[in-house]
Formats: sequence, C-alpha cells, structure tokens
Amino acid sequence: MSYYLNPGLPQPAATPDGLDAPYWQGLRDEQLLLQRCDACQHWQWGPEWLCHRCHHFELSFEPVSPQGVIYSFERVWHPVHPALREQGAYLVVLVELPQADSVRLVGNLLGDPEQSVSIGAQVEAVFEHHRDVDDPFTLLQWRLGR
Amino acid sequence: MSRTLRGKVAVVGVGETDYYKAGQSPDAEFKLTLMAIINACADAGIAPQDIDGFASYSNDRADPSHLAAALGCKELRFASMQWGGGGGGGSGALGNAAAALAAGMAECVVVFRGLAQGQFGRFGQGPRRDVIAGDMAHTVPYGLMSPAQMFAMKVQRFMHDHGVEQPALRSISLASYHHAQQNPRAVMHGRPLDEARYDASRWIVEPFHLYDCCLENDGAAAMVVVAAERAKDFNNAPAFVLSALSGSHYRAGASVHNTPDYATSTFKTLAPHLYAMAKLGPGDVDVLQSYENFTGGVLMSIVEHGFCEPDACNEFFVNERLQAPDGDLPLNTSGGNLAECYMHGLGLNIEAVRQIRGESTNQVSNAEVSMVISGPMVTPVSACIFGSESTL
Repeated sequence: MSYYLNPGLPQPAATPDGLDAPYWQGLRDEQLLLQRCDACQHWQWGPEWLCHRCHHFELSFEPVSPQGVIYSFERVWHPVHPALREQGAYLVVLVELPQADSVRLVGNLLGDPEQSVSIGAQVEAVFEHHRDVDDPFTLLQWRLGR
Repeated sequence: MSRTLRGKVAVVGVGETDYYKAGQSPDAEFKLTLMAIINACADAGIAPQDIDGFASYSNDRADPSHLAAALGCKELRFASMQWGGGGGGGSGALGNAAAALAAGMAECVVVFRGLAQGQFGRFGQGPRRDVIAGDMAHTVPYGLMSPAQMFAMKVQRFMHDHGVEQPALRSISLASYHHAQQNPRAVMHGRPLDEARYDASRWIVEPFHLYDCCLENDGAAAMVVVAAERAKDFNNAPAFVLSALSGSHYRAGASVHNTPDYATSTFKTLAPHLYAMAKLGPGDVDVLQSYENFTGGVLMSIVEHGFCEPDACNEFFVNERLQAPDGDLPLNTSGGNLAECYMHGLGLNIEAVRQIRGESTNQVSNAEVSMVISGPMVTPVSACIFGSESTL
C-alpha cells in the first residue's frame, strides 16, 4: 500500500472525550460522517458539543456523499517535519461540501504534486487506509472528479 | 463615545535588547525580558520599582509575579495575559494595559514580550508526537502543520478572489528589507533584497517565497505605559494611545478551517471600532507598522483597514508607495518582522512610538498618527493607533 505522504507523520486519533470518534470510525468504514443537529438539521464541522445555530446539544454523525469542490489549496515545498524531508512538493486542499451546508475538510489532492490546481474544481473522496500500524486509521484524500 | 481609551494613556518609554538570530542569544529568556524592561524604564526616566502592572500575550513565559519580585516592584496591581492569537496579541496587550490605567487599576504598566527560541524551541515546526488528537488530527496527517501552511491557504483564496499577483506580496517584503538597511539594530541590516533575489528565492509554500516569511529571533521588548495626566513627567514626547483593541469576526475560531469568512486577515469587524475610537480614518495615518508573519497577511490587513480596495491590490502594492521617506504609506519602517527582528510583533509597536517621537531610522516627516496592526489571520487579532500631543 502506498500513501500520498511518506510515513512518519503523527497519526490521527479520536479525542479522549470521544467527540470526533464517529468521524474516524466512519472513515475506516469508508463512510464520511459529519455532525448534524438533531433539531435544526444543519451540518457543522469541526465537531462541537452543541449546535452553533440553535444551541441544541443533541447532534448526530450522519453520512455525507464524499464529494466536494476545491475551496483553496496550497503546494508545500519546505518540509517542517522530519518525515517529509525526502517528500518533495505536495498538495493540500481545502474542500467545501455544498451538500452539507458548505462545511470544509482538509486533505491532499492525489496525483502529480506539480499539477495546476483550480479553485472550484470538483473532487471526490478517496479513503486512504493505514492498516500497517498498531492503531489502524484512515485518511480522507481527494482526487479530481470525473 | 463616552467609553473610550482615546487620549487616556501614553507610552513614555520603550526598551529592547540586542536582537539575535534564533537560538543565538547569550542570555536566558527571562534575563532578556528583564533587560528590555530596565531599558524601557531608563528610556522613560522611571524607577523599575514603580512599575505596578504587567501585560503580555502569546503565553509569554515571564510570570508577572516573578518579574515584580526580580525588579523589586513596591506592589503589583495588574497582571494580564491576552488570550491566544500568537502575535495577534501585541496591540491587545497594550489595550489591556491602557484599560487598566484608564480605570484606575494601576499607575505604571509594562507591556512586554521575550523570546529565546534556543532555550525553548522554535515556532514553525511540526509536532513531534506519534499520535495526535483534536483539531490538529484533521490537518497534521495531511502535512498542514506550520503557521506558513495554515495561512497560505487563506492567502491563496484571497489572491484568487481578487486577482492579486505575486509582485504585490513582493513589495511588502522589499519595504521591510529597504528599511532594515537604515536600521543598525536590524538582523538584516547590511543584507539588502531586490526584486530578482526575491523572485529567485525558493518557495516555502505557495504563494510564499522564503522572503514572504518572518524571521525567527531571540530578544525582548518592553514599553512603559502611564496615564495621560502623568505623561509629561518623563523623558520623552509621549505617544498617546488613540485606540487599542482586539477581536475577531463571527466564528473566526471555527475549527479545521471552517470560519465562514475564510480569506481574511480577521480585521473586518475590528477596523471600524479602531477608527471610531481614534476618531480618525485611514487617510489620517502617517505611518503604518503591519505585522508580517507572512506578506499575504499584511496585504489583507491593509485592505481591511481601508487603505486599498480588495480588487486594486496590484496597483496599490508597489515599492514606491511603501518605502520611507517618500512613499504615501511608509510600511514597517524598522524592517519589521521580516528584516529587523521577529519579537512577536512588539518591535512594531516600539517603532510606531519612535515615529511619534521623531526617532526612527526611517523617520517619516511630521508623523502625528502612527498605527500598528498586530498578527493578521489569527484570532483574536489586535491593532492600535498612537498620536502625538497635537492629535488629542
């Protein structure tokens, strides 16, 4: 299994209080689950303990279709972590999900790191499973939509 | 407005240590801070024992009770830490000091910041843990972890929305380096930068070249602040605080890059309050210090403080406009965070005071209104406006 970024970066884990645990479990199951207010039905992200719109404390993690549009991006050249010393350039994208109240997610854009990137381009999710570690996890990556 | 800081307090002394490249200070961080405070008191002509308050930001490690003990202060009446926001707290700490003085909570407050990155580790590095949870778990595993990487995403979007081109960012970097050549305290004194060298410099993260990114330094800086009634009892022409505020827009702190208004320096809601308190507008500002963590943040700050329309950046951000002595908007006249020293921005406040006193190494003639924008793109951010006595 090859990954977009070289191994050795800190690996994600759910917060000890469990707030975002369903999100990480969802990715392992190839589902994108985000927070939705049980009362007003709005989506919100990152995870919070209450709905910022109606102040309802009951929120659920519900499936969202794993596609979006590139809201912004950056091409990183200078490594700030030892694991990325031999990486070369890589692309980070901020993806907006219009179908979920335009919440945004951070990921990498798969493919040539020196490709030209267009803000507004359609992208779809790729579940990047890291199973060769003690606590397996899954990252949510993106590729240009068809 | 009956509730205001306008003209209530003044900076009467400023002090700095020598500035060093990161990790090269021969002195410990706490000692650097004491040296800067002693220098500021000497500049003002006040006994350090008479300091009765301290204000800082960005989780500065020098505890006010320890400072007061070390300096032999007669009593401690005010100790304040501006929450969060890294360098966005510089002018906010001044605002906190000013509010305390105006409310009669203290008589003489020192605003300070000290940094020894060799002693305590550098900024701008990724986390070295094996496992990461919380907000950073949603960014770090994708290689988004340093301040440059966090903010490039905002700047890229702003440049896209408004057609901003790279030379606009370059003009900000060149202004800082231009001014540093006249400033012997500047770490980049004697190391000029021109357009060709900027253009040829490596990318850190697009759209930031190496020279779009702040330095990392060791040193300390301090300002002595007193109530306006006492301001003339000291050695220097007072720099009166006309306004000093902090804040941020609706849900600026929404996690994982989810603030609704994303491509912003975070000053859209603050700037109108800043000018209202000062009873001034951008056209009244004689000289501007605008915190350069990264040039793109300066550009957005200047737009959001009303100096330039967002769609006119390519015409506005040109070298001639930003460089003293002849530019219409001399910017970062000490060399700032890019070329003087990265003292987490407090050096910018000190330079703004120097301009009011007429003591800058890049002095703007008849500088009466001198403004500082602290720490763009974080939350909360802050800003302040100093005025000479004639502005009261």
